[in-house]
Amino acid sequence: MSALLSVRDLSVDFTTYGQTHQVLHGVSLDVPAHAQIALVGESGSGKTVTMKAIMGLLRQPPAHIRSGQIFYDGRDLLTLADNERLALRGTAMSMVFQDPMSSLNPVFTIADQMGTILKYADRRLGRSRSARDRMARVHEVLAQVRMRDPERISASYPIMLSGGMRQRVLIAMALLSEPALLIADEPGTALDVTTQAQILRLLKDLVTQRGLALLMITHNLGVVRETSSYVYVMNKGRVVEQAETATLFANPQSDYTKSLIAAVPRLTGGTRYGTVTP
Amino acid sequence: MEFLSFLIKRVLWSVLVLVGLSMVIFVIARVVPGDPARMALGPRATPEQVATMQAELGLDQPILQQYALFIEGLTRGDLGKSLLTERPVNDDIRETFAATFELVLCTMILAMGFGVPLGMIAAYWKDKWPDTAVRFFAIFAAVTPSFFLALLLQILAGYVLHLLPTTGRLPNSMEFEASWTGLLLIDSLISGRLDVFGEALRHLLLPALALAAATMGQMARLTRASMIDVSRQDYIEAARAFGIPEWLRVTKYMLRPSFVPPLTIMGLEFASLIGGAFVVEMVFAWPGMAAYGIRTILQKDLNAVMGVVMVSGVFFVLVNLAIDVLVGFVDPRVRIRGRR
Ligand SMILES: Nc1ncnc2c1ncn2[C@@H]1O[C@H](COP(=O)(O)OP(=O)(O)OP(=O)(O)O)[C@@H](O)[C@H]1O
Ligand SMILES: [Mg+2]
Repeated sequence: MSALLSVRDLSVDFTTYGQTHQVLHGVSLDVPAHAQIALVGESGSGKTVTMKAIMGLLRQPPAHIRSGQIFYDGRDLLTLADNERLALRGTAMSMVFQDPMSSLNPVFTIADQMGTILKYADRRLGRSRSARDRMARVHEVLAQVRMRDPERISASYPIMLSGGMRQRVLIAMALLSEPALLIADEPGTALDVTTQAQILRLLKDLVTQRGLALLMITHNLGVVRETSSYVYVMNKGRVVEQAETATLFANPQSDYTKSLIAAVPRLTGGTRYGTVTP
Repeated sequence: MEFLSFLIKRVLWSVLVLVGLSMVIFVIARVVPGDPARMALGPRATPEQVATMQAELGLDQPILQQYALFIEGLTRGDLGKSLLTERPVNDDIRETFAATFELVLCTMILAMGFGVPLGMIAAYWKDKWPDTAVRFFAIFAAVTPSFFLALLLQILAGYVLHLLPTTGRLPNSMEFEASWTGLLLIDSLISGRLDVFGEALRHLLLPALALAAATMGQMARLTRASMIDVSRQDYIEAARAFGIPEWLRVTKYMLRPSFVPPLTIMGLEFASLIGGAFVVEMVFAWPGMAAYGIRTILQKDLNAVMGVVMVSGVFFVLVNLAIDVLVGFVDPRVRIRGRR
């Protein structure tokens, strides 16, 4: 199989205060190019650790990748040198952060932060462009995430923007260098339901329009249904079930998945766990 | 725009603080110790002499009127006459103030210029040996009294190693009139006297270092704590995920948000710097306000004391105003919300 991203038998330990815990037990998953894949599981199941391992953001120590491979475009990322790894970050694969309130630097303008990301992404790709061209690109991407007034937004500090706008900025940051793979770790869970729904719709549209691959990490089955065609269910550091999204909802196999699905209706009706309808 | 209203608020606040200070000084100087005229003239003065001096100083008038006179003088920049020398307090202070100002300014630059990078180094190598070294230095600097450090530096760098001059602002042989700002470092550059600049710098180094050490340690500790705090923020992790190189994350993304606490404390530390300056100036025979201030206190020259305290107070308020503006510049949250 030739997936864009392929995680094979990934096992990760954490050592804290001399105690070692294994948090990932042989996780495998595939994200084909242009596909929209979801990774779902309850809190603490290891979704973020998986994502960080893929992005090369795990700090080692305390983390330790005990075994496994992570193939991107046929190359095993775990065998790459640090700078080769860094070169892929933000350019080949980007991530959308969960909490728009805390993921933007409070003391720099949006233009400054986006411009700097672009500058170093360009440098890694061996490109160069003038400061003016960079700003043009920043405004272009801000318009793509449906910001009405890119010039004003980019001149703003994060504190001047609403949560929804900041989340859009974070998506724009991820898109700056046109990565092939977007990893979104529970985007918008810090926002109200309506705004979250808008953000998910925006993400889905962007991914479809630009033919990106999307790995959507969430604990919300409503989000899974809306944004993915194939889903991995994770529990306690293991992938316990994987299926086409429609199949999973129609015919869940594992008890864990059944309990997750059973939990959804009880929580719908106004809560943020409800089915997301944009 | 919001920066302007932020500024106006800060200026008004400063004025309020100064009015408060003037009241406190006035009450302490006029009400608490009894009769300034009698104290200045000494026990052997006749009642007539005391009465004459009281009339001269307006001390025979009601207290509110005296305060009004005092304030009226202040707004004209007139601090009254010394009870002893009968010279205007202004003249005496003006000569000495520039020397103290230059010393304290250099001290702040030293404290910030070394304290902040030391704090960054400690935070970056947290729990490694550079961190241990910086923390040791910070504690050592904090517990060493500035007069002791002043003596130590004077003996070591001055008398033993003969590296640097140990007294005054310039060699006696050097003729130079600091006529623009009163600051030798600046005036010497304006008039193109590089030799004076070099000598002034050499003379400044030891007293400034003695005075700066404690604050430098404080800055290092604060910067370290603040950087470590910021390094755990999501936005630093995000910067990493977006491929911002590490050196830039440390020197830009982490430093700037970490900079506000040390900067704010710098402003507050300033009060103890002025106090410390008095001691250090005595040790290094620095021709600043200290000698004058201490003499006037010992001789109970209350007008002069009020003058020295008032000038120090204005100095303190202005420095803090400048720091507030700087904080607002460093952290947009402050000027947008008006607070952190
Ligand atoms: N830095 C760390 N040190 C020690 N243990 C960690 C660390 N990060 C994560 N873990 C452990 O790894 C496990 C998985 O955590 P992870 O953050 O991946 O969960 P998650 O599925 O993303 O949950 P959530 O939905 O709450 O985000 C948890 O049990 C957690 O205790
Ligand atoms: Mg998580």
